[in-house]
Amino acid sequence: MSTARPIPDADDASAPFWQAAARHELVVQRCAACNAYRHPPRPACPSCASLEHRWVAASGRARIWSWIVAHPPVLPAFSQHAPYNVVVVELEEGVRMIGNLIDVATAEIHESMDVVVTFEDVEPGVSLPQWRRA
Amino acid sequence: MRDVAAIVGIGHTEFSKNIGRPERTLAIEAITAALDDAGLTPADVDGTVKFTLENTMEVEIARNLGIPNLRYFGDVAYGGGAGCGAIGHAAMAIAAGMADCIVVWRARNRGSGGRPWAAKGNQVGGEMQWYLPFGLSRPVDQIAMLARRHMIEYGSTPEQLAAVATTFRAHAQNNPDAMMRAPMTVEDYFASRFVSEPLRLFDCCLESDGALAIVLTSAERARDLRKPPVLVRGFAQATGPDHTVMANYFTADPLESPGHYAARDLWRNAGMSPDEIDVVQVYDAFSPLVPISLEAYGFCKPGEGGPLAASGALRVDGGSLPCNTSGGSLSEAYVHGMNLIVEGVRQLRGTSVNQVDAQTCMVTSGNGVPTSALVLRKP
Repeated sequence: MSTARPIPDADDASAPFWQAAARHELVVQRCAACNAYRHPPRPACPSCASLEHRWVAASGRARIWSWIVAHPPVLPAFSQHAPYNVVVVELEEGVRMIGNLIDVATAEIHESMDVVVTFEDVEPGVSLPQWRRA
Repeated sequence: MRDVAAIVGIGHTEFSKNIGRPERTLAIEAITAALDDAGLTPADVDGTVKFTLENTMEVEIARNLGIPNLRYFGDVAYGGGAGCGAIGHAAMAIAAGMADCIVVWRARNRGSGGRPWAAKGNQVGGEMQWYLPFGLSRPVDQIAMLARRHMIEYGSTPEQLAAVATTFRAHAQNNPDAMMRAPMTVEDYFASRFVSEPLRLFDCCLESDGALAIVLTSAERARDLRKPPVLVRGFAQATGPDHTVMANYFTADPLESPGHYAARDLWRNAGMSPDEIDVVQVYDAFSPLVPISLEAYGFCKPGEGGPLAASGALRVDGGSLPCNTSGGSLSEAYVHGMNLIVEGVRQLRGTSVNQVDAQTCMVTSGNGVPTSALVLRKP
């Protein structure tokens, strides 16, 4: 069993997202036809099926939508951190993302808590968008 | 296709943490038992429907049992969401005249065979790239996230989940096949450790080895077979918009579960309403799925599933909506919900260890993935 932390295997649709994250930029896919934001990235717009899209910089501001605190047994890569939180945040742009809330005690996490994006470098060329208290 | 097909045979192995026999063998045992229950033989079988996740292929089943000619075979995807769908597909094939006698089975050594979530590689693609790098790695984590949101939006409580777990445990105490028969009090529930807050160990289903099988044929032929037939009154499958399997947080309203969508079609297809249902078997891989699904299928209003469970409504001893009467996935066994369907059949045959007065039964499959549901009834 691998003890290395799982890292994203970027595909045709997600590569620009992860490339931006590696530059410590948070981007969101936006339909070029109807302007709807979407996440996770995919080839076509769920509102109008257009294949045309652009990548836009997100404000990086979000609110906690839900969270869990994972206790053992967890994947070996995370066992030294357990118990640890995983959060779902709702961005100002309206889309939700999954991440970890950094440097906040689990008892202090609450719904609608204001958070801002930060980046965690996990491997050379691989950074994860994460969240900290605003 | 209302009432055109009937369940005429049920069979299963024992359930245990380590059953000591391969899944293929368990599948053969369960199907043989179900055919015997129906008074049929492998020569009568001409169709199969299985879970896409099933490791034993239909040709393997056919050449081991001596089934001479499969005329229809298919499968249904998405793990725990598949069970009722597989029964529905079999009923449709019978209604369409594509086959006369179809077996549906699930054989899974999930107790001894390891945890699928623990076997992921270092580089994760597809939907997993959005959650696994952050340590959202287990099914319990994915459902706990929705359970927390349900608490935020509706004020549902851990005490309500304790009611679900202790009710199903009480049902399992009368079931000799159940893996967990020791009494569980609310205090025991709160003494169990957190696995993924807000969920505890006793909010989680069991890790089980075992297999179950179900035999269907036409309602007409069913009248001449060994056991009282149970009619497939209606079925539905559904997923909502912008669905992500298990980690379904990206759609506009994640608490509008796949079950909410299946419900609309289920009641229309069955020509019935929730108040005509006498007993329910609700997919319970994790306890919060029970109140969420009871809301989805219209047995109460949004947010009232927890209070309904806490009111005692789900109990076989006097509850208004007896639920998971064999102990369910939480206390009988976790075999992707096939045991819930089998228990629904027993209730309508009058052979459950926790028999209630029932003419009709709703069964649901995994909610949080593309899902399915059934209405079964006595002729």
